[in-house]
Amino acid sequence: MTEHELKQKSIAYRKTILTIINQCGAGHTGGSLSCVDILNVLYNAVMNVSPANFDDPNRDRYIQSKGHSVEALYTVLADRGFFPTSGLDTLNTYQSHFIGHPTRKIPGIEQNTGALGHGLPLAVGIALSAKLDERPYRVFTLLGDGELTEGSNWEASMTAAHYQLDNLIVIVDRNTLQITGPTEDVVALEPLASKFEAFGYAVRSCDGNDVGELQRTLSDVPFAPGKPSLLVANTVKGKGVSFIENQVGWHHHVPTADELTQALGELDRAQQLLKVG
Amino acid sequence: MELGRPNLEEFASTLIDLAQTDRDLLIVTGDSRGSGKLWPFAKAYPQQVVEVGIAEQNLVGIAAGLASTGKRVFAVSPACFLTARGLEQIKNDVAYSDNPVKLVGISAGVSYGALGSTHHSLHDYAVLRAINNLDIVAPADNFETREAIKAAATHPRPIYLRFGKKPMPHLHAPDTTFNIGKALTIQDGNDVTFIAIGEPVGRALAAAQRLEADGVRCRVISMHTLRPFDTETVLHAARNTSALVTVEEHSVYGGLGEACAATLMEHGIQLPFRIVGIPDEYTVTGSQFEIFDHYGINETGLAQTARQLLQVEPA
Ligand SMILES: Cc1ncc(C[n+]2csc(CCOP(=O)(O)OP(=O)(O)O)c2C)c(N)n1
Ligand SMILES: [Mg+2]
Repeated sequence: MTEHELKQKSIAYRKTILTIINQCGAGHTGGSLSCVDILNVLYNAVMNVSPANFDDPNRDRYIQSKGHSVEALYTVLADRGFFPTSGLDTLNTYQSHFIGHPTRKIPGIEQNTGALGHGLPLAVGIALSAKLDERPYRVFTLLGDGELTEGSNWEASMTAAHYQLDNLIVIVDRNTLQITGPTEDVVALEPLASKFEAFGYAVRSCDGNDVGELQRTLSDVPFAPGKPSLLVANTVKGKGVSFIENQVGWHHHVPTADELTQALGELDRAQQLLKVG
Repeated sequence: MELGRPNLEEFASTLIDLAQTDRDLLIVTGDSRGSGKLWPFAKAYPQQVVEVGIAEQNLVGIAAGLASTGKRVFAVSPACFLTARGLEQIKNDVAYSDNPVKLVGISAGVSYGALGSTHHSLHDYAVLRAINNLDIVAPADNFETREAIKAAATHPRPIYLRFGKKPMPHLHAPDTTFNIGKALTIQDGNDVTFIAIGEPVGRALAAAQRLEADGVRCRVISMHTLRPFDTETVLHAARNTSALVTVEEHSVYGGLGEACAATLMEHGIQLPFRIVGIPDEYTVTGSQFEIFDHYGINETGLAQTARQLLQVEPA
């Protein structure tokens, strides 16, 4: 897929995310908007996974550790044809399988997540199994930056390096915010890249909202042979809508009807600029 | 029933009151001060907040360390994470080591509704009941919450408190006294007893009021403390009514219902008995109230359960 097409998709995805969150009255707006470009690139340009090969043991795997950004994941999976888009309309409603965190009841989802600090150990297990069975698949996992204070991440990192899991690609959505405020005010993470290096990763960073950069970086894995890869994706929480960007309160604020109209207007203009572009 | 405010807010404002005269009162949070309605506390007493980030094991361990030096420590986190992720720290560093931390599980039970099972705590009574030296309290209304928090502040033993975030009806007469370990009888009656814990108590009371219209006299007990367990009140109710229904926002396994059943069996008492809670299945998707309604934890459902036990038809 061309960079231009990916950009178009990102805007369309943002519209869907905001619309379904407004519709069901709950959701994690900021984090979904910060990571959707990463999901776009993974599912449309990097990973070998589709509805057609989802039963294939050699498919690439994606585990979303920051499960609260499920609206982004459902949106991308619907667009990739894993299930009809009408499913999204039932998000969080009585008796629906579309709950507010990833669940395997939804086609395309690999693991149930939502409690932070679980995705990386799961991903290490799945990557290790590929090594044991000499299978070619890769495992991608997406972590929040606030999530990194969960110790399980660092335990799993040591295991990943120890087993030389170069089929494991960890992506950190480095939007610098969590619920309480900036990560550096809550519990400082920096220097983050050197921490990961010390734990045995080959580390790179890129603009995590730039689909072109993401595609180039994520197509070049492993970053080093014999090491797990770690991408610090520098993102903006709430990316794409002026009044949502970098606002702590938008972690789980739900757009009102007016805010939705305004946001969709901004995204319409972005779409038009892209066409002219 | 007159509606009060969320127990969560009652908890947060009680802590502010207590902190006014207690510089050794600390709260430990894990990116949870917003969910805990603790921003006003944090602004008023910044020195009395310890923030550990999203790290519940760490949160409980640090709370235990602080408590061991004489601080009065409230460790606050969603009940699901606190009592699952932090369980070994609760067992070893708090309960076994006898560090009197006040563990506060917020947004408990199915308060998080459609966020799903990762965010539900339907296991906490069961696992914590199996850990020695840990008192367990789930207040039903604002009064019980305020009293439980005040009592917890000076409680000599480790204690776990849990509640949700929806406004709760006022349940008690103004002159009621609250003691940890002593159940509160909200109304007396000799046909059927509802023993409930936590936020479903108001629903049991609503069912009782509906049954009264059919001439069924109900006793309603708020069993706010699961440990120490008020055996006496359970036995007294069982001996003086014809049927017993327990109600809890928890798995039907390992909670209030099984505690009552064991008490009755061990005292040789048999009567029509039903445990109402969340059954052993993949929990239905919905809001907290939709989940309650789905599993009959509501006025009609509980009234029907009572009628079935008493074998009476609705009037
Ligand atoms: C174990 C656990 N503790 C707490 C939470 C509640 N929670 C959900 S999202 C969140 C903040 C996450 O921040 P971050 O990882 O930076 O995510 P993002 O900014 O990408 O939304 C918290 C504390 C949780 N889901 N799991
Ligand atoms: Mg973040």
